[in-house]
Amino acid sequence: MGSLTLKQFRAPLLEPIDLHLPAGECQTLSGPSGSGKTRLLRALADLDPAAGEVSLNDQERSTFSAPQWRSKVGLLLAESGWWLERVGDHFKQPQTELLEQLELPKEAINWEVSRLSSGERQRLSLIRLLSNQPQVLLLDEATANLDQANTAKVEALIADWRKRHQVAVLWVTHDPQQRKRVSDRSWLIESGRLREAS
Amino acid sequence: MNLILLTPLDLAIAATLVVALALISLRLSLGIEGKLLIAALRTVIQLSLLGLVLKFLFVQSHPLLISALALFMLFVAGYEVMARQQRRFSGIWGFGVGTLSMFISSFSVTILALIVIIQAEPWYSVQYLIPLLGMMLGNTMSGVAIALDNLTQNAWQRRQEIEARLILGHTWDQAIREIRRNALRSGLIPIINAMAAAGIVSLPGMMTGQILAGTPPMEASKYQILIMLLIAAGTGFGATAAVWIGAKRLFDDRERLRLDRLGKKHA
Repeated sequence: MGSLTLKQFRAPLLEPIDLHLPAGECQTLSGPSGSGKTRLLRALADLDPAAGEVSLNDQERSTFSAPQWRSKVGLLLAESGWWLERVGDHFKQPQTELLEQLELPKEAINWEVSRLSSGERQRLSLIRLLSNQPQVLLLDEATANLDQANTAKVEALIADWRKRHQVAVLWVTHDPQQRKRVSDRSWLIESGRLREAS
Repeated sequence: MNLILLTPLDLAIAATLVVALALISLRLSLGIEGKLLIAALRTVIQLSLLGLVLKFLFVQSHPLLISALALFMLFVAGYEVMARQQRRFSGIWGFGVGTLSMFISSFSVTILALIVIIQAEPWYSVQYLIPLLGMMLGNTMSGVAIALDNLTQNAWQRRQEIEARLILGHTWDQAIREIRRNALRSGLIPIINAMAAAGIVSLPGMMTGQILAGTPPMEASKYQILIMLLIAAGTGFGATAAVWIGAKRLFDDRERLRLDRLGKKHA
């Protein structure tokens, strides 16, 4: 369970942001390329430096160590990085249930990373992130490399996960249809400012 | 022991060989005759100057003067390490990481050798200190330069992997571990190879020099063994220090990968 609160949070390119992501809610963020969406997510995950306040369940970020914070505030980047040869080497335990939900075969954990398609990489990196039990999810174009059927499966998995574990989700997406499907609230970036979309 | 003295004419004969090589380079349009001649000229000037400085220091062996020369050598080596980096740390760190680690390793190993092993009297006597330190710095320099270059290049290229690990809650130390280990290995391989080939494939320069100067071969061997072992230790400690400081510098206090601390790529 997790909620995320931003107070005068200063990400690059953007004006200071006040935002509350309640536990179990999904909010989307859209805006032109290069408007600073990814950089906001990176700053929230403490991957890039940023001034201002951000807290998890009303606990300020500075009270967490950086690795603690990052494993609780889970970031899914559009391009995933893998440092070992086999997919399964990146997990603590096999994630059979999650693999099933995305209709990936059990053998996927034995696959070589270098032979994955971009869609497989994206889905497997989502599973890897969820297996880490984050309390907040920051998703950057989580379905960019997927066809319609797989997009639907990923959306369903995230919705299910969000309700079951009461995690807050901030989802960067370009697709207006997806925005409507998944969001409780949605935000647009316009000339460096966050505006609630109607 | 009888030392055959070299006359300027002797050196001139050797020099004509290099000039001949330059002519061949010109004829075959290799385009390196300029570099070759300048490098040869530098060797002549630099070594003559070193001879003069040492001659002076043999007479005037004041500790301050010796320290000044030692530090000058260290800074030149530090500059050389920096110049060999394709992506160097910006600011003082570009020069500092290599220089500091060479200072830690070369100086401490040299001083240890002078006081405990060679037991020169006084321990800072120029005849032992400067050649020893020179050989230590020369070799440590290569090891440190290779290791650091490997570290920063790989951190740059494998940024996605490093950040993927940070995102999953790994510490900076876990995230850079493999890259750091590989960097260190790459810095140590040349000296390991040199030790393995010493005496069979190559006759080390120092030993050759001592033999030419009339030292009994067994004595020259012992000195060369000492030097090789010291160089291996010095290079290892130096590269370890450099890679450790460098890897730490790639991350900030919140364990973020800070590639912005590296400058633009140099050819």
